[in-house]
Amino acid sequence: MTMPKLQSAAELERYRAEILAGRDPALPCIAVCAGAACDGMDSAAVARAFLAEAAHLGGKLEVRTTGCHGYCEKGPNVVVTPGDICYFEVAPADVPEIVAATLKGEVVERLVYKDPVSGEKAVHMHEVPFYKHQMRLLIGDNPKIDPMKIDDYLAVGGYAALVKALTTMSPDQVLDEVKRANLRGRGGGGFPAGAKWETTKKAADKTKYVIVNGHEGESAAFMDRAMLTGNPHKILEGLIIGAYAIGAQKGFMYTRHDMPLLEKHVRNALAQAKEYGLLGENILGSGFDFECELHFDVGIFVSGESSALMRSIEGNPPEPRPKYIRTSVSGIWDKPSNLNNVETWANVPQIINKGADWFTSIGSEKSKGTKLISLSGNVVNSGVVEVPLGTPLRTLVFDIGGGVRDGKTLKAIHFGGAMGGSIPADLIDAPLDFDGMSKLGAPIGAGGLLLMDEDTDMVEVARYLMDFLTKESCGKCVPCREGMAQMLHILTKLTKGEGKPGDLEQLEDLAEVTGLSSLCALGKTSADPLKSMFRYFKPEYESRISVQAAGGSKAR
Amino acid sequence: MSEQKIASIIAKYRGQPSSLIHALVEIQHENRWLPREVMQEVADALEVPFAQVLQIASFYKTFSLTPKGRHEVHVCTGMTCHLRGAPKLLAKVEELTGLKAGETDAENRFTLDTGACLGSCSIGPELIVDGKHYGRMTPEKAEAVLKSYE
Amino acid sequence: MSEILLTIDGKEVRAATGMTVLQAAQQADIHIPTLCEHEKLESFGGCRLCTVEVEARGKKSYVVSCLYPVEQDIVVRTRSEKVDKIRRVLVEELMAHAPDAPELVKLAEEYGADRNRFERAASFCILCGLCVRYCNEVKQKNAVGFIDNGPLKEISFIPEIAARECWGCQECFTICPTSYAQAAYLLTEALAFPGSRKVQAQKTHTPTIIPIIPVAMSG
Repeated sequence: MTMPKLQSAAELERYRAEILAGRDPALPCIAVCAGAACDGMDSAAVARAFLAEAAHLGGKLEVRTTGCHGYCEKGPNVVVTPGDICYFEVAPADVPEIVAATLKGEVVERLVYKDPVSGEKAVHMHEVPFYKHQMRLLIGDNPKIDPMKIDDYLAVGGYAALVKALTTMSPDQVLDEVKRANLRGRGGGGFPAGAKWETTKKAADKTKYVIVNGHEGESAAFMDRAMLTGNPHKILEGLIIGAYAIGAQKGFMYTRHDMPLLEKHVRNALAQAKEYGLLGENILGSGFDFECELHFDVGIFVSGESSALMRSIEGNPPEPRPKYIRTSVSGIWDKPSNLNNVETWANVPQIINKGADWFTSIGSEKSKGTKLISLSGNVVNSGVVEVPLGTPLRTLVFDIGGGVRDGKTLKAIHFGGAMGGSIPADLIDAPLDFDGMSKLGAPIGAGGLLLMDEDTDMVEVARYLMDFLTKESCGKCVPCREGMAQMLHILTKLTKGEGKPGDLEQLEDLAEVTGLSSLCALGKTSADPLKSMFRYFKPEYESRISVQAAGGSKAR
Repeated sequence: MSEQKIASIIAKYRGQPSSLIHALVEIQHENRWLPREVMQEVADALEVPFAQVLQIASFYKTFSLTPKGRHEVHVCTGMTCHLRGAPKLLAKVEELTGLKAGETDAENRFTLDTGACLGSCSIGPELIVDGKHYGRMTPEKAEAVLKSYE
Repeated sequence: MSEILLTIDGKEVRAATGMTVLQAAQQADIHIPTLCEHEKLESFGGCRLCTVEVEARGKKSYVVSCLYPVEQDIVVRTRSEKVDKIRRVLVEELMAHAPDAPELVKLAEEYGADRNRFERAASFCILCGLCVRYCNEVKQKNAVGFIDNGPLKEISFIPEIAARECWGCQECFTICPTSYAQAAYLLTEALAFPGSRKVQAQKTHTPTIIPIIPVAMSG
């Protein structure tokens, strides 16, 4: 049955009311996570088992496959409502027991969370330590939504912000709200989104574009994919609102080519939005036209860089342009193009719904709102978490993350993937803050937080990151292509214990020149991990030199 | 049949130089590699210099300029997997297949690839064969997994 | 086109909107070294040797003068401790590939670069792109192009086109700072279409001996 287009705000609200009227909140519902890690643990088999059981029950039990819940370490994840009962590491064999217990309003004790030290159990989501310390404004909806069903998004209030923006606010008012909220880019730049929107809006050319950067090339960052795969409509809603504010007629969602589920969900979301009249001409009778296309990268990290990404959308190789040609003024096909990260766009609907004053009440002085963090590395509880900016790292690492695995001690925390930095464990009380972390030499970046334990070889980490980047360099400019190759060469020698006097000074020179004169951010930040290593872990590097010179045996 | 499908892809993008990457992606997806003659046809049909097609086909690692094996074996070398033991896993897979990243064996059974971060860091290190994830892999378990693929 | 006033090395320079800092400097007889720049080609921004220090709106940055547009009141320094260091290290990185290239030797002398600082690399191509861009923009034949990325990036002659075009042209051989373009062409010819030069020569009555352009080749 094709859905007739919703042609006004009133029609949309009527439709939403119909959806809600048809749903019984007391009806038990099993939400099975199909996020990347759970899917990799064959949560699909778990979902199939639940569906098979539910088929015999005449509508007494609902089963829903959802996007990422966040607790990736303990997947396959299952959440039962009402009550938000969390079951972990669920196997198909556990399904009949869960179904039986759910129908009786009981809990399967052996599958709930147990504290690894005290053995204390936590049944409901708000009791589980991993979830308890988070503020899940963005990802909190994931367990409630089947990404293939727009109605699920509408049921939790989706597209209400779009209605509000289109029908009660002018484009200038929307822009103003986002500016006042001080929403800073979540992809790594931390640049004020409102200011960027304004530059594009004010650019002379009437043709304008908006872009979702869903590339997420930063190593160990997986929150954007979790959001986009789990709740594509939230990002789309943010994009349409942004386009309205900026005056853009067309949008591009740009993401990776290697995630079939993500592709399926986004394509479906775009088609459904179009079917419902939320994309296309005269959206909800507002007179605003907007369409959106899906584009894929072709397998190279640099295509996450905004100007390279735009070259890629044009069909050209992803060679970045120098930053003084601002893409907000001259981007895709030289038209003003506003690019923002998935998480940045995802924040927009709530800013419109609840206002800038509400948004600025969360976070620290200059870093407002929450941040999605992918916790991984040598951490006990890996996954996607969401906390207010300003939260101390200690909360992330210990209260949520559960500390370091295998009983080891924490040595370092790394942010920003190959273009970020590592800080030592004694800085654990630093707040998660754009500017603060930048000053410490470990900028938040996209939000991938890696724990490194006492056995981590910090020279090897720098070598590994440099190796990753050299393969991803486009090769156009000398300081990046040649500089990184030489830095990698020296780092490789150091890891083998073949460092000679002068090597560290050489690295510093190369790092400085590559950082200053490279064409794009890839080259410019390629030596940042190394710089943080020299700042906090220099003795470890020095030991690789003196060992060789002294002719003694290897320290590690 | 592949040839017909390739011809129809090329026909779809005829005269549209800006669709070069789309055309190559579809052909790669269909044919699993980009033969030189096909790239020449694309250059002619889309009116782009052959040098540009070669540049793009060799720049992006999604494209394969040699035929791929029946099974694509991918070892994730992202940062988390690296910290959790990917190098040892990779060494074992290299030993078992006799391949280094980017190579295909003589019987066209396996193509080995490495690459970063498929977003399932919690179950690293990972072996992915034909899109199927084998999480929390150890070098010992790798042999059994690969043996199951003819 | 409105007039722009900027300062380069303490000297007040008049320029027009749309000009680059390099163009403004050249017009004012102020020298900035370049390598991948050519009057017949669009500026590339690849070698980064023309990097200068720009102070604008109170902030200092390092940009390539061949692409950076002139702006009112900016203060440009074509030499400084950092700029000189950048140029020295870049030259050293390039000399790992082509230590005998005349332009690099000259720059090495001026900036105190050590030709042996880095280990000799396998290829003496410095990927300045002059040959590729010349063949694309001026000759419009696209007989040579870039392939691959990062440290594996190379220039590659396309045999099907090179066999027809290159022997009669050879213009990129003289622009190449290291004579790699010529070497790459000869290798391509030897492997892909040996003997065709004789056939061509018979048709056009040109000699088959190709004079090796006397730009020093790296060993």
